[in-house]
This record gives sequence, C-alpha cells and structure tokens, in this order.
Amino acid sequence: MAVTTVDSVAPPVLAERLGRGYWAGVLRRLSRDPVAMTAAAIILLIVLAAIFAPYIAPADPYKSSMIRRLRPIGTPGFLLGSDELGRDMLSRLIYGGRLSLVMGVLPVICAFVVGSFLGVTAGYAGGWLNTIIMRTVDVFYAFPSVLLAIALSGTLGAGITNAIVALTIVFVPQVTRVAESVTTQIRNRDYVEAARVSGARAATIVRVHVLGNVLGPIFVYSTSLISVSMILASGLSFLGLGSKPPEPEWGLMLNTLRTAIYSQPLVAALPGVMIFITSISFNLLSDGLRSAMEVKA
Amino acid sequence: MSDPILDPTFDPAARDRGGPAQPLLSVTGLVKHFGGKRSWRGGEAKGAVRAVDGVDFAIAKGETLGVVGESGCGKSTTARLVMQIIKPDAGEIVFDGEAVGSRALDLEAYRREVQMVFQDSYASLNPRLTVEDTIAFGPRVHGVPRREATGRAHDLLAKVGLEPGRFAGRYPHELSGGQRQRINIARALALQPRLVILDEAVSALDKSVEAQVLNLLLDLKAELGLTYMFISHDLNVVRFMADRVMVMYLGKVAEVGPSDVILQQPSHPYTGALLASMPSTDPDNRTLEAPLFGDPPNPIDPPSGCRFHTRCRHTSAICANVPPPLAAVRPSHEVACLMAQPGSGHPLAAPLRENAA
Amino acid sequence: MSSPSSSPVPTGQPLVETKDLTVDFTGGARPVRAVAGVDLTLGAGELVALLGESGSGKSVTLRALMRLLPERRATTGGSIRVDGRDVAALGRKELARFRGGTVAMIFQEPGLAFDPVYRVGDQIAEAVMRHEGVSRRSGRARALELFERVRIPSAATRLDNYPHEMSGGMRQRAMIALALACRPKVLLADEPTTALDATVQIQILLLLRELQREFGLAVIFVTHDIGVATEVADRIAVMYAGRIVERGDCRDVIRAPAHPYTRGLLFSRADHAFTKGTRLRTIPGSPPDLTALPPGCAFAPRCAEAMPACSAGVPEEIAASETHVARCILLRPGVQSRTDATAAA
Repeated sequence: MAVTTVDSVAPPVLAERLGRGYWAGVLRRLSRDPVAMTAAAIILLIVLAAIFAPYIAPADPYKSSMIRRLRPIGTPGFLLGSDELGRDMLSRLIYGGRLSLVMGVLPVICAFVVGSFLGVTAGYAGGWLNTIIMRTVDVFYAFPSVLLAIALSGTLGAGITNAIVALTIVFVPQVTRVAESVTTQIRNRDYVEAARVSGARAATIVRVHVLGNVLGPIFVYSTSLISVSMILASGLSFLGLGSKPPEPEWGLMLNTLRTAIYSQPLVAALPGVMIFITSISFNLLSDGLRSAMEVKA
Repeated sequence: MSDPILDPTFDPAARDRGGPAQPLLSVTGLVKHFGGKRSWRGGEAKGAVRAVDGVDFAIAKGETLGVVGESGCGKSTTARLVMQIIKPDAGEIVFDGEAVGSRALDLEAYRREVQMVFQDSYASLNPRLTVEDTIAFGPRVHGVPRREATGRAHDLLAKVGLEPGRFAGRYPHELSGGQRQRINIARALALQPRLVILDEAVSALDKSVEAQVLNLLLDLKAELGLTYMFISHDLNVVRFMADRVMVMYLGKVAEVGPSDVILQQPSHPYTGALLASMPSTDPDNRTLEAPLFGDPPNPIDPPSGCRFHTRCRHTSAICANVPPPLAAVRPSHEVACLMAQPGSGHPLAAPLRENAA
Repeated sequence: MSSPSSSPVPTGQPLVETKDLTVDFTGGARPVRAVAGVDLTLGAGELVALLGESGSGKSVTLRALMRLLPERRATTGGSIRVDGRDVAALGRKELARFRGGTVAMIFQEPGLAFDPVYRVGDQIAEAVMRHEGVSRRSGRARALELFERVRIPSAATRLDNYPHEMSGGMRQRAMIALALACRPKVLLADEPTTALDATVQIQILLLLRELQREFGLAVIFVTHDIGVATEVADRIAVMYAGRIVERGDCRDVIRAPAHPYTRGLLFSRADHAFTKGTRLRTIPGSPPDLTALPPGCAFAPRCAEAMPACSAGVPEEIAASETHVARCILLRPGVQSRTDATAAA
C-alpha cells in the first residue's frame, strides 16, 4: 500500500523533552515547584523525627519532675521548656508526631480506598445505584464534620482505634463525592465511549480507562484532607476521645497545657504550632501536586 | 466458523452474508429525542430536543455514504445511534441482513463489525495509555493474547503511516493532531470492522494534514474493503470522499442520492443553499448574496410541515402544513420537498400526470 | 515575474504598520518565538487576511497589535504603529481608550466579548457611554442603530436579550455591533466565522465586507480557511512558523501562488481533486514545532523543492509579481526549481 505520508518530519525532540510516562512528568513538574518542595521537606523532617524519636529525643517523654514544671523555652536541659508535669517539651513534641501523624494519615487512607470505590461505582454505574449511594452520602453531609466526628467517637467509645474509625466515616462521604463527580466527567469522554464501542465490559473499562484518570484527582483531594484529619484528631484528643494521658500527642498536649496558657503561653502554644506547620505543609504539597498534575496538550 | 478476532488473516470480505446486493447497513424509522418532560400519562414529551426524528437510510457494501448538515441536524446523533452508544427511542438497525440485538447478531458481535472515529483526536485517546496499548485494547478485550495484540497494533501503526518503532511507546500528548487522528483510525481498525463511521474525523485538523488523512482513508478503504459512513460539514471534503450523500436538516433527511448528482444539481432547496454557502475559491467570482438568512431553527420546537419552510425562498402556504415525504425523483435519488413531487399542491410542483388509463 | 522595483505596499499614510514585529513566549520550559519578524502595512478601507495553520503566529500577531498578550510571559519586539501612535508607548488610560476606540476586535467565540449576566443592549450602550461620554439614552439609541445596521431581526426587542438567548449567528452579529460601537478605525477579526455553520458563515462574511466598505475600516482578518480569505480579502498574507512567507493582492496569491507552502495549501484542498477518489496532493509532515525550528526557511523540511541553500538563511522577500512578494529562494534570479529541472531533462 502506498502510504507515502509518514509524519517523518515530526520533531522527535518533543518526546525526549516530555519524557516517558505521566507520573514521571508530574514528579518532574513537582520538583520544580519550590513551595511544594519546601513543604515536602518539612513533612519528611517531621516523619523522620517521629520514626527515629528514640534516637533523637534528648529525654524520656514520660519522665516527669514536680520541681521542673513549666520551664520557659531555652532553659538549659529543656530546649523547648517543660510541660505542666515537668516533662521535656522537645521530646514530647518529637514523640507526639507519631500518634498525630497516624491519626492524620490513616483515616484519610481508609477514606480514600472506601470513598474511591463508592464514588467510582456510583459515577460509572449511574442510575439507581448512583442515587442510593449519593443520597446516603448526602445524609452524612448534613452534619458538620466536627460534630459528626465527636458524635461517632463518643458513641464508639474513647480510644485511638475508635477515633480513627470515626474520622474515616467522616471523610468517606467527602471523598465519595469528589470521586463521583470526577468519574461522571470521565465517563462521557470520547475514549471511554470508544472503549465501550470496542465491546469491553464495564469492569475492564473502569480498570483500564477510568481508574487511571480519576485516582489522581481523588488522591490530590484526599491529601488536602490530611490537615483536617490532624486537626480533628487533635480536637478529639483534646476532648478526651482520642489518645489518653500520658501518651504524647499534639492535640492532647494542647489540652493538658491549656492551664498554663497564662504562665507559659509560648510553651503552651507549641503543640498548636506543630499542628499548624504540619497541616499547612500537607496542604501546600497537595496544592503543588494539583498543579503538577494538570496535563497540557 | 473461525473467530475473526482471533484469526489475523481472516478476510473481512469473507464475512459477507447477504451478497453484494444486500445493504451492509439499513436503518428504518430511527428516532431519538433528548430530555423534555414526559407527562405521567405517557404520550409526547414536551420540550424535548428532537435530535433525530424518523430517519431511514441504507449503506451499500463498499460504498462511502457522506452525511452533511448544519449543527442540530442530527448527523452526529445518528452516528451514535448506529454505533449503539445511545439507545434509539424507535427504529430498527439491520446489519448485513441481521437485526442488531437479535439472536443472530448480538451487540458484542455487532461491535466488531462497526467502529467509529471521533472528531476530537485528543479527547478520544486515553491520556494515560501508550499508543500501542490504546490500539491493542480492543483485541485484548476480545481475548487476543497480549503479545499478539501488541504485534497487531504495530502492524496497524505501519498501516496508518506511523513508524511502529518510533510511535508505539508514545503518549497522546506527545503527538500532533494528525498523528493522533491516525492512532484513532488504527484503533477503529483493530477489530477488523466492515463499517467505519467517521464523525467529523478530519474537521479539527489543519488543512495540510487533513489532506494526508483523507488520502490515508482512501488507501485503507481500498486495501481492506471497508465501507464508510463519512460525516462532515465540509461539502468539498464530502464531494471528494462520498459515493452517495445524505443531506440532513433538523433531524430529518432532506435529500439522499449519488454525490455527483446531489452536489451538481441539487433537488432540495436546502442542499442548493448549502452548496451556494461554500466560500468561493475564485477571487473574481465572490458570493454576492447570502443564500439563506438567519440561523437553523432550534430542534426543540422545529417548524411544522416542512422543517425548512421558514428559511426557504420557494416556500408556499402548503409547506407549513404538509410534511414532505422522502420520495424518489429518479432512481436512487430521493428528496423530501413538495416542489419535487408532482401533484403535491405546491405552486412550483409539476402537475400530476394522469397514468395511461 | 516583472519589475521588482515597484513596491507591493500601498503608498499614503498607513493606519497599521508593524516593523519586524516579534513575540517571544518565555513562560514555558523553553522560550518560543511565536512571531519572528512580521512587517504588515494596512491603509484605511483595506482588508488583509492573515492566512495560516496552527502555530503560524497569526492570532498572536493580532493580539500583539492590541497589546492583549500577557506582559509577564510574552515579550514583544519591533515596532507597532496604529493610527500614527506607538502602541508599545501607550499608558494605561490611553490603552483603554485605544482598545475599542481606535482598534476593536471580534473573536471566534462571542462569549469572550459579552458578559453573560447583562443584557446585550446594555453592554453596547455602556461601551458607547464610556468611550464617548454620552447619556444612557443616546447610548441605547446608538445600540439600536448598530443592531439594525448588522441586521439583527426585530432589533429593538433583541437589545433586551441576554447573550445565551441568542443563536450563534445572532451573537456574532451582536459582537460586531459591540466592536463597532465606538467607531473604531481598525477592526481585528480572529477567525470570527470558524465556529459557525456554513449558511451562517457566508452571511457574516458578507456583512463584514459590507461594513468595512461603508465605514472605511481597516480590517485584519485571521483565518485558516483559504475560501474565507478569498471571499473577503483585498490582500492576503500567508503565515508559516511566525513569518509572512507570501503576501500580495488576493487575486495574485490565489491564482499564482509563489511560495511552495501556499501552493501546497491550495492544491491539498479536496475541491482541487479533479476526479473523486484520486489521491490529493499533500504537504507531508506536521505543522512546525516552534521550539525546534530548522535554520533558514522553516518550511524546507516539508518542501518538495527544498535544496541545501534553503537552510543557509531565512529567505528575503522577493517580488513574484507587481503586487506580490514571497520568501522563497526559487524566486531569486538564476535559481531553478528541482521539479522544473526534472521536467526539462
């Protein structure tokens, strides 16, 4: 056959410049974003500190001392002061990152899995299945998330596991909604229609053509929930529904230190500062990820 | 009978059932209305877009049927109905003698026979799949092993004029518009269909690239013995591609017949207006007067009688009342216009000749 | 190819004059030169069509004339003079008066020109009031007059429509009315009929031709469609990879194209195929990648007549006829086309 019109002069540089694969491109664009990279570095630092807490922490976070209570920041031996029971704040903040990060990240991971499943199912199937799933989700939406978390956590009983379950239930409807709307958009794309036309089954189309294009946006949205989760988890601990004393956990520390707000305001604010820095870093990283994932034709 | 999908040497022409005289595709009474509120007692839906409102046509084996018309005429909806992407409200689609959806030709079998190329070359490719995975997807779905499906994808790439070694591993955003449309064509051919629906497949391309793709389509048709349904708003392109042309207006067929007849001496005033609206290519012979005034009416509330009567310069009182049937004016040339029908009551229609008693 | 001495550019005071206009986009991974030295001269009452494919720089040129390009990412070089003023030197207030008052623009999508939440008539009256400092009443009167001028049926009631209540062709007419509201001298048209149906497109083209003649407008009409250019243009400038490769009288360019790219465009049209089903003559390859242009003539890699000398440098403008120039070295005296040579042998 005489196909003489091969696009042989198409510039091959284009392919080399853009590199292979979608996620490689996303990572490359992300690495050029100074704000996102700073946020990622901070998160990495906090995570590493939490993991290697026993090696880094200058003191035992549980060792109290009645005579060295509420020392100010910069006291020799207490770099960041001490709390109301005379425990070293720096060590407690380093150890506290463990529980706080778990409580921030774990519910979001669970909600990402459950919410993506529900949302993609509702979005792709449409019809009555969509109605059932989405109306149920709407019921949860009717309650403010803080109230819902407190109510669920209170019903399930205090404790870390129950707090994580409660937070997961709070986030599932939000993830489901995003997953459903993204899937509904993708479902009407020409390439999904082309796949239907080729005779593929729904499960195959979802696996090959839908998931790859929806999980990214859902993931980005979910990362933005980590900060909310951390704050809610801290709130639960603050109310005594999450972790229990004497466990070091930022929200709980904020609670127990509140009595010292007038005598040592800077020390009392430290756990809040940690929550603030960590959650804003997650948010900035999530924003960076979002813009890095926008593919330009 | 060997499975055409599993056997790469299978000749599509050998799948012919009814012989050359039997149309490859025949569509009767096709209706699709979108939206609108249906009364709970049933009956006519109000405020619905009457996208396709009773369309009959046939495509012979090996021919190219061009479909032309303006926005809202229903040509793309017709393509999607034929493709079974959307379900018709009424009408029957018969493929090579077998009704689609019948026991002899279920939807899965039908979809191997008919494939489609979309207008938007970018939106119709999954941005996360490489070129070879995109083309191999259809055969893989139908049970072809991965290695063989990939091999077939490479053959198809070569067929559409893209060097497999250079293009197989690329992603859609690394390709030009013309290259992406070649990939779309290759994907449509991967299931070895007999009918390919090209829905404005070259409209979004630059003119220099459009010509390349048109040539490619001609070559593929000759080589693979394909039948095309070629939808376009560009009459020049349709004139070049099509054996027969179907002109649509507001969900109905205005005129259908051999392309050289219809595009030289149109019988329907709308076809004439469409032809006269094409920009002139002669600087000394520019268009002096617009053939039609105003925009095509809204398909939600189409005009009564002949749908074109609101813009037609030959309109007469009867046109608003009597919907013109699609009737033959000469063999294989049908027109839905009262002027073309003797004795219709239109002042410009020929009087009814008395049959020899 | 006669006397190269006579100027292809009309004499007299030009309304629009660009000299060596360049536009560089610096926002992406690599800087891109979208416009690479465009000389364009246009007098009152003249309509020039900028013809080109994607990436030719035709729309960027148009936007540069109105300083519509994002200033942080686009660097404009060379000079642009419109109505005797240096566009680059205009201050913020002058620029606002310049846009609309001296130069107006119409787009492919009327949605870009109209605010969806205000009535179309009010938006036109508003523009008149702002530019001419007249009362609301006379602004409305002018809007009505314009609506009648662009032949919108039952103009008085249509003034109270919102943009979405109008059909595509009517919105395009309304956008033309808005563009003409402040009596501009220059009208820039960016593919204004591309999104329209064929029967509506021809109406808008005829309307533009008529208005241009009546108001003595200088019009730059950007299009990718040779047919559209042929219908409206006095002169045609064919752009490729940021340069005008051929320009001249409409008749000359269409009848006797001198640049191989223009010839390719004309011959690849489906209506040029003499018999149905014969293969079309095509231009091989894809439109140029502006980040990786070849040296010399940018069209050389796709050109059937390319020779080593094509890569030596960007060809100068050489007269192809009295009213017509092209940038192709085949027009240099003594250079023989390869195809001619084969034919002679």
